[in-house]
Amino acid sequence: MSKLIADTEIEIPLETFPIHKDTDPAQRNEWKQPHRIILILIGLALVGSAIFFLRWDWLPNYGDLILQGLWRTIWILCVTVFLGFLLAVPLGLAQAAGPAILAIPARWFCTIIRGTPLLLQLWLLYYGLGSLFPQYPWIRGSELWPYLRQAWPYAVLALTLSYAGYEGEVMRGAFAGVPKGQLEAARAFGMRRFTILRRIWLPQAIHRALPTLAGEAVLQLKSTPLVATITVVDLYSVASRVRQDTFITYEPLLLLAAGYLVITGIIVFLFRRLERLVPSRLG
Amino acid sequence: MTVSDAVSTDPLQPQSAEQAEAIHVWNLHKRFGALEVLKGVSMTARDGDVVALIGGSGSGKSTFLRCINFLENPTSGVIRINGEDIEMVSDGAGGQYPANRRQIERIRSRLGMVFQNFNLWQHMTLLQNVIEVPVHVLGMKRDEAIAIGEQLLERVGLSAKRDVYPAYLSGGQQQRGAIARALAIQPRVMLFDEPTSALDPELVGEVLKVIGDLAKEGRTMLLVTHEMKFAREVASHVMYLHNGIVEEEGPPEELFGSPKSERLKQFIRTVS
Ligand SMILES: Nc1ncnc2c1ncn2[C@@H]1O[C@H](COP(=O)(O)OP(=O)(O)OP(=O)(O)O)[C@@H](O)[C@H]1O
Ligand SMILES: [Mg+2]
Repeated sequence: MSKLIADTEIEIPLETFPIHKDTDPAQRNEWKQPHRIILILIGLALVGSAIFFLRWDWLPNYGDLILQGLWRTIWILCVTVFLGFLLAVPLGLAQAAGPAILAIPARWFCTIIRGTPLLLQLWLLYYGLGSLFPQYPWIRGSELWPYLRQAWPYAVLALTLSYAGYEGEVMRGAFAGVPKGQLEAARAFGMRRFTILRRIWLPQAIHRALPTLAGEAVLQLKSTPLVATITVVDLYSVASRVRQDTFITYEPLLLLAAGYLVITGIIVFLFRRLERLVPSRLG
Repeated sequence: MTVSDAVSTDPLQPQSAEQAEAIHVWNLHKRFGALEVLKGVSMTARDGDVVALIGGSGSGKSTFLRCINFLENPTSGVIRINGEDIEMVSDGAGGQYPANRRQIERIRSRLGMVFQNFNLWQHMTLLQNVIEVPVHVLGMKRDEAIAIGEQLLERVGLSAKRDVYPAYLSGGQQQRGAIARALAIQPRVMLFDEPTSALDPELVGEVLKVIGDLAKEGRTMLLVTHEMKFAREVASHVMYLHNGIVEEEGPPEELFGSPKSERLKQFIRTVS
């Protein structure tokens, strides 16, 4: 029963955000075909029966907590994807075109981040770095101390570095993949090196990387529950809380799955909008 | 003379032809490692000249053209553009590179290069391609650049395609767009590197027509080409390059009509 429900929950976002690229008008009307309508009706029936037969009476008590957790998951995701990407650009550029003194450390960074479990990185930062700080009076006395005592800065740092490590590699490939002629044309017209980067190289590299970046953002979303292990209360930890308090297991997890699916759908949708800004037939 | 003095105010008109030296190259050498590709090439292009470079594959035509805007650093020799000597410093390994990057960038922005593979920027529409350098290199106002860009696109017959991305254009359209992009910088000299050799035969004509029109209106141009008939029509001076040396040069009638060197005779026979 519960497995079936999970399946129908999947049905909704995946159908709304089809994988195939150029959606022509004929495809947009596909959901009106008879077999689709039947599937949608079955899906609605399953959702309806889930609402009807399963226990949701705990929901009102945890409404606020769920919203808080949802909000925290979303902002951690957005902030770390954004900051991680900002780091990934120089990491990729250094590897693709930088001098050895920059390229080698960048490659090491990406290799280490990608080669070790995120959980380990998170714990090393929180339990390792976090436990070193209090030993230094000047850190305890600093303005940053109120933040350094909390868990979320370590969560944000670890997830940011993780995204930067993976995306640094992606951006390296994307930078290197921009055809030489594109950059040569810019040089031939007297563009300065930074202008070339800003106007030609980076936009084309990002466009090449976007489909991968979208996938990685979804993976990042699914890494966020790890922050619960260092006491950050995100969407996932709310489900655990409900289970501990009420001994209800399935329903919170189903709700959780639905929540992550919806966020995934939103990520895919937003990235697809971004991709549409430039035609897909590059180079 | 400074660079800006040489620019006429009307971008669609070529500079008044005072027969000043636009490009002067003397004894240019270029080697790639052990391979010496250019072995002392000299050339002078005055305003209004159309210099055609012909020669077999691997003779160094592209390399010569690319040395002029320093896409390749010449190994030795003198290059003077717009009356400005380009200072070079030794790299300590037998080569040299420009002493002042800003000077190179300034000079490049006065030379309109057209590539064999068009190299229009793929993430920009045609009009965006055309206004990119005026706005972001030459500091022109966007409105002004757009007005000029639209006129240029009309001239090359691409008004209807202004908002289209290069990937959706034919090769001939892309190359005409690339010519418009080069014209938009109000170049002192246009540099063409085999502008038609990546095109399907039926598209060659439309591009040659645009280039021919530019020659007629007195544009200064340097043209690497395999189209002998076209070179003969539009060029004021033809240089035949063989193995990095100018084997023979002169007015087109002479060069094609009564070639002196045995190699050129054979070359003309094989390409026509
Ligand atoms: N970046 C480079 N590194 C090493 N060798 C090069 C490089 N660029 C060109 N060469 C060599 O220099 C020689 C001349 O090349 P170039 O491209 O100037 O010839 P070309 O006359 O333009 O020939 P084509 O008609 O085939 O375009 C060739 O042997 C080529 O292999
Ligand atoms: Mg060539």
